[in-house]
Amino acid sequence: MRIFEPHIHMTSRTTADYRSMYDAGVRALVEPAFWTGQPRTSVGSFRDYFDGLIGWERFRAAQFGIAHHCTIALNPKEANDPRLSEVLDVLPRYLAKDGVVAVGEVGFDSRTPAEEKAFRRQLELAKEFELPVLVHTPHRDKAEGTRHTLRLVTESGIAPEMVLVDHLNETTVAMVHDSGCVMGFSIYPDTKMDPHRMVRILSEWGTDRMVVNSAADWGHSDPLSTLYTGRAMSAAGFTDDDVDRVLWRNPVDFFARSGRLLLEGTTTTGASFEGNSILRGERPEGDAG
Amino acid sequence: MGPGREGGGVSALDLLDDQARSVLDALCAQVAGRPSLVAVLFPAVGRRVARGPGPSGDPTGTLGPTLEDLARIELLRTVVESLPPTDAATEITDLYGYGDADEKRAVLHGLHLLDGTVPEVAETVRDLLADALRTNDTRLVAAAAASGAQSLLDDHAWRQTVLKCLFVGVPLRLVAGLDTRADLELARMCADFAHERSAAGRSVPADTRLVLDRFPEHPFHEGPQEG
Repeated sequence: MRIFEPHIHMTSRTTADYRSMYDAGVRALVEPAFWTGQPRTSVGSFRDYFDGLIGWERFRAAQFGIAHHCTIALNPKEANDPRLSEVLDVLPRYLAKDGVVAVGEVGFDSRTPAEEKAFRRQLELAKEFELPVLVHTPHRDKAEGTRHTLRLVTESGIAPEMVLVDHLNETTVAMVHDSGCVMGFSIYPDTKMDPHRMVRILSEWGTDRMVVNSAADWGHSDPLSTLYTGRAMSAAGFTDDDVDRVLWRNPVDFFARSGRLLLEGTTTTGASFEGNSILRGERPEGDAG
Repeated sequence: MGPGREGGGVSALDLLDDQARSVLDALCAQVAGRPSLVAVLFPAVGRRVARGPGPSGDPTGTLGPTLEDLARIELLRTVVESLPPTDAATEITDLYGYGDADEKRAVLHGLHLLDGTVPEVAETVRDLLADALRTNDTRLVAAAAASGAQSLLDDHAWRQTVLKCLFVGVPLRLVAGLDTRADLELARMCADFAHERSAAGRSVPADTRLVLDRFPEHPFHEGPQEG
């Protein structure tokens, strides 16, 4: 089983996770920019975070044979902090970069005016940079938040196939299906979806435009939940081709619309990154470092 | 400042096919018209113009600039020709500061284009070289060491460049000025490095010879053993 993990926050994960993901068949992933648990207080913190997403984390993933991509945005939660509004001004530099495959995560947390303003501005940036959009749907008041999201997407004029609406569940799948947007489901213990509910949704709605992710981060989450979903699909009678479509081809097709997917360079290297080798010690003899 | 040895007269214009050249020409024209656009056009060069190994044949850009490096250098040249020296230095510092490793490497390969006779510009160039040489990313260390802008570093800083290359395994033949600037003090540093490695039972990089063999009459010449 080959897996393209379309939503995982590797900044919060360990090298052991990279190893087990590779063993499970993960060969490429997308790390969306989001909230890191601790609220940030300055634009500089965001720059360092974005630099990590295009630099260190890409390098770290390559050590384990996984092609790392990211999405860049001011997330909805922190869009409410006026100290961070200037993050929007540095986004163009990052949205121009190779390996940045979408604007995201954008969307709503509490559906405030500040969130809507940042969301609209970033939809405009997506058009300007010809990038897909990764939309986070809120955990609270999800159905209304998703409806609101789809209204803004329609008003923006962005083609629906350029938009992935994420963290869907039984109550929101129908409206996103009808919108023509790509549908994302996070298989996340306790709070979002689980593999068996996911299989029921796939049985009802089919595999077209369906994308599954682990959304693993610093919370109670599991970077192998895509693998578990693939197994649950097989057990329920889906073919290997169905599984490959959901776990590889659908997310690849979506992010390839950026023209920025880098799927060829997944070999390991022995280099270190800006002074930090994840080996954290001696190089092999004869290879100074 | 003359062109860096990594430039060596090689220009992207000589290596690109007609279509890539016309795309690059268009990007340069955009930057000439509005230099601040370089912030978003510089990162896009790899996918819009060309990417792949340059004349060195090394796809990592360690042994010499890649095709995208050479194309990005043309954008740097346009910035330098379009702005006063200090403004150009500020723009290029931002390209480095916001750059990923590929973009940083291209800036380093193009640093020789900045006018080092302006003191503030020279200071900026030295800062960028120092930043690159602090990393252990061999692609950045090599590009900084090979830069013609090494001529702006004082002898101590330049010797530290050589020692850093020896330490992280960047070939010393890439270092700008090795033929003209290697001195007894550098030889002493290399001999001490070799001694430290030998004392630890570790091998000594063969490149140490590239410095020590220049001083055959000196006693530390016989010190290190090649590993």
